[in-house]
Amino acid sequence: MQFPPELRYSQEHEWVRVEGDEAVIGLTDFAQHSLGDVVYIEYRSQPGDHVAVGDVVAEVESVKAVSEVFSPVGGELLDTNEDLDGAEELVNQDPYGGGWLLRIRLSDPAQVDALMDASTYQAFVAEQDS
Amino acid sequence: MRLMRTPFYQLHVEAGARLVDFSGWEMPLQFSGILDEHRAVRESVGLFDVSHMGELRVKGPRALDALQVLMTNDVSAMVDGQAQYTVMCLPSGGIVDDLLVYRFAEDDFLICVNAANRQKDLDWVLEHNPFPKGAFVTDESARWAQVALQGRNALPILKGLVDFPLEQVGTYHFTLGAVAGVTGCIVARTGYTGEDGYEIFLSPAGARTVWEALMAAGEPYGIKPVGLGARDTLRLESRYCLYGNDIDHTTSPLEAGLGWVTKLDKTAPFIGKDALRAQKSQGLSRRLVGMVVERRIARPHQDIIANGRKVGHVTSGTRSPSLDLNIALGYVPRPLARPGSRLQVDIRGRLANAQVVRTPFYRRPY
Repeated sequence: MQFPPELRYSQEHEWVRVEGDEAVIGLTDFAQHSLGDVVYIEYRSQPGDHVAVGDVVAEVESVKAVSEVFSPVGGELLDTNEDLDGAEELVNQDPYGGGWLLRIRLSDPAQVDALMDASTYQAFVAEQDS
Repeated sequence: MRLMRTPFYQLHVEAGARLVDFSGWEMPLQFSGILDEHRAVRESVGLFDVSHMGELRVKGPRALDALQVLMTNDVSAMVDGQAQYTVMCLPSGGIVDDLLVYRFAEDDFLICVNAANRQKDLDWVLEHNPFPKGAFVTDESARWAQVALQGRNALPILKGLVDFPLEQVGTYHFTLGAVAGVTGCIVARTGYTGEDGYEIFLSPAGARTVWEALMAAGEPYGIKPVGLGARDTLRLESRYCLYGNDIDHTTSPLEAGLGWVTKLDKTAPFIGKDALRAQKSQGLSRRLVGMVVERRIARPHQDIIANGRKVGHVTSGTRSPSLDLNIALGYVPRPLARPGSRLQVDIRGRLANAQVVRTPFYRRPY
């Protein structure tokens, strides 16, 4: 299972990659593995919406289960990943790349510091899995 | 309580399966992924561990008479070496379980029941056996491991591993023989996927030998081990009922579309007959229907809505990997049950459009 060191991680198994004052968000390798084959993604927020930490921004549905995606940071939703429409399997195949879900302009970059780093998240997952 | 493990458990761990608790059994949910495993079965072949299923033996001079009272189907119509799908009902017409009956001889039957219902079924059969001095019931579940080899290439794979002419075993028939040198197996041409294939009962001691032989013989065909996740998508596309979802003690076989195994005119006074006859003569109030749901996946227990009112509920729902549609089963009032009928499903507070369609959703093309 992959835990790229340059990312930050939430307890709800989202990852965040900071690019300037923007954040790209997706589901972690652990999350996609737990969900199994993703077949639907439904966004609850649209570009232009303001989202707060903990808001449900999307619903990701696999053959077996459905999971809500909580925004790990707050700010203006800039973009959702339209390439996933009809290619939802990218969430499974490339969770940290082509499977990204959202791009947000950070209202408070300090919120990112509250998230886990890769080694802390890896330990968190190991605990959850046992 | 510690989870029970089938004789194939170690093989699943070695294969990297994701394991889940399924009615007290630690079973593989998936190996390579539900979609991949589903496709393997539809396009070629897959191998399932179904050892969690229960097996009850009914033997004795009145075994047939006892089964005629316990089962809704006409067990007397079977010949030696034949298998039959049936349900057992309560006096109310509700379903105790759905199961397969295998006839070895007029005085010797095996019945294969759902894992979750094994103890309940055993208790039920013992308590309602009308001829306890002539029909003897024993639980053989611990004696049998079971695999299902399913898909259009099941026959060529199994053919080379058995010591009898496999082509001569017709659909819903079985024979006794050796598989990969493991003697005393029951090889039945039955399944829960909608494909051609076999269910093989074997001694737990032969589990690894048989599994590895089938996987090796299946390799040229791209055989995959298949978990419970794809077992569910496969059975739902074929509209096979799942006990606990689509049928239970509150649903009758007539409502569930299982009238074809409910022989109301057989002479034996089977349990539930009067209630089911009354239900038939008064007309059913609801039916289990197949639906295609737009854009979202319906899940069990969600409300079915018509004209803004709740009219029923979903019992099973999934993405159909073969059809690329969202399919579901659910109970609706009879006037809404005809194909083309437009409904909605309340999916976590939002309504999705649905339409009643003919079932099965998928029918094998060969």
